[in-house]
Amino acid sequence: MNNRLKNNLFKYWAIACTLFGIIMLGVFLVNIFVDGFGRLDWVFIKYLPSRKAENAGIYTAVMGTLWILGLTAIIAIPVGVAAGIYLEEYGKKSRFANILEINITNLAGIPSIIYGILGLEVFVRTAGLGSSLISGALTLSLLILPVIIVATREAIKAVPKTIREASYALGASKWQTISEQILPAAGGGIVTGVILALSRAVGETAPLIVVGALTYVPFVPQTPMDQYSVLPMQIFNWISRPEKEFAVNAAAAIIVLLIITFVMNGTAIFLRNRWQKKVKW
Amino acid sequence: MSYKLTTDNINVWYGNYHALKDITLKIRPNTVTAFIGPSGCGKSTFLRLINRMNDYIDGFRMEGQVLIDEKNIYSKRVRVEELRKEVGMVFQKPNPFPKTIFDNVVYGLTIRGVTDKRVLAESCESSLRQAALWDEVKDDLKKSALALSGGQQQRLCIARTLAVKPTVILMDEPASALDPISTAKIEELISELKQNYTIIIVTHNMQQAARISDRTAFFYLGELIEFDSTVNIFTAPKEERTQSYITGRFG
Repeated sequence: MNNRLKNNLFKYWAIACTLFGIIMLGVFLVNIFVDGFGRLDWVFIKYLPSRKAENAGIYTAVMGTLWILGLTAIIAIPVGVAAGIYLEEYGKKSRFANILEINITNLAGIPSIIYGILGLEVFVRTAGLGSSLISGALTLSLLILPVIIVATREAIKAVPKTIREASYALGASKWQTISEQILPAAGGGIVTGVILALSRAVGETAPLIVVGALTYVPFVPQTPMDQYSVLPMQIFNWISRPEKEFAVNAAAAIIVLLIITFVMNGTAIFLRNRWQKKVKW
Repeated sequence: MSYKLTTDNINVWYGNYHALKDITLKIRPNTVTAFIGPSGCGKSTFLRLINRMNDYIDGFRMEGQVLIDEKNIYSKRVRVEELRKEVGMVFQKPNPFPKTIFDNVVYGLTIRGVTDKRVLAESCESSLRQAALWDEVKDDLKKSALALSGGQQQRLCIARTLAVKPTVILMDEPASALDPISTAKIEELISELKQNYTIIIVTHNMQQAARISDRTAFFYLGELIEFDSTVNIFTAPKEERTQSYITGRFG
């Protein structure tokens, strides 16, 4: 077999693999849109869930998702970014930091339901927070912290050493160098990582089932201590019902969920590109 | 006449590697001193010792004393931030911050809490004038420093260093990444700055050392081989190794 043939074979194999992923995704999207698009209207979004499929809406689930998203962001962003800064800038040389580093990488690979069990034991039972929004948000925060920490570290690592040296040489302290130079320059990467992590949290179901998100919530949560449902829970519930009408509802809800994650990922890409234009070496 | 900088039996290790061996030298104020020598001879290490930039390197260990104005800069009482106000540094590759020209020049002031707009504007102008950059950028102070050419960026980095009002300026091959015209401008600038500052410059370019420096130190394998007036080093070196190096027999 000559080299050119091998070259072409590999190229077509790679194209086939890429197409496989894209086509599967395309089939799924078409399927969902055919099933659910007709059901999707403003009323569907504004209505409360109901026993009757034609009256059921996703209002409480959307509000629950927004609550969870907001609370998770408030908890996970400061903790994750600060931990990333510590590991990259301060704790670099210690053995303790090494152990932490290995464990954080491992944490990112743990099945999400394990986080649910942890959340159930720690937040729901031990801390006595019950099946509340705050329990769910804390659990999801644990889940996405490794992603935020790793993204923060990578973004900081990408800042050229020369910028750091320039700042130190002008007499800046470590904190001034981090806050005035490193973080602004790394901001694009950090923001991108944070948004991608949050969009993962939005789609999570398993850990929330364990910490007690409800499947039927006829009210909108008012405080972080309230019970709640989220979109993936609502979808999960509808799909497991025998009536065909609920499957249509589920498809429509999936479209809404897809739009939310699509917008979030789009924002991440947009911010990254804008930042790259601003900060160039 | 007193000395601006004195070092006494400096030894430096990076881990097990003995990077500098028994370096003792004295530098007078308002002079330009050039450090020459082949790559890896320790001249940059020695330069970075003077504003303690080696402190960040893993495994760095040092013995001996570095005195500036007769004060030991490695004493526990010295705050590194204060030392670096006294001893500025310009790097090999121009490294402006991804900020405006103005913000770059006054960075050393703003991090020390200067907020008065008039003070900052005055400092910005006088520093840029000293660095011979003012006329080229005076209308573009709000533009990104990254839009400047390499030579302009390097003069901006010099202006940024001057704004802090140091007394010593360290330069680590400041012109090695620049074209000949920009290099000539930087060299001219160094000769002017000499009136107000003590300048120490590491260079690979021996003609440059000969053109701009008053005294030249030749480093080889972590040792200071010879330190004398530039004229003597280049016309009548006492050491054979200096002679071989400057005539291009190795290096």
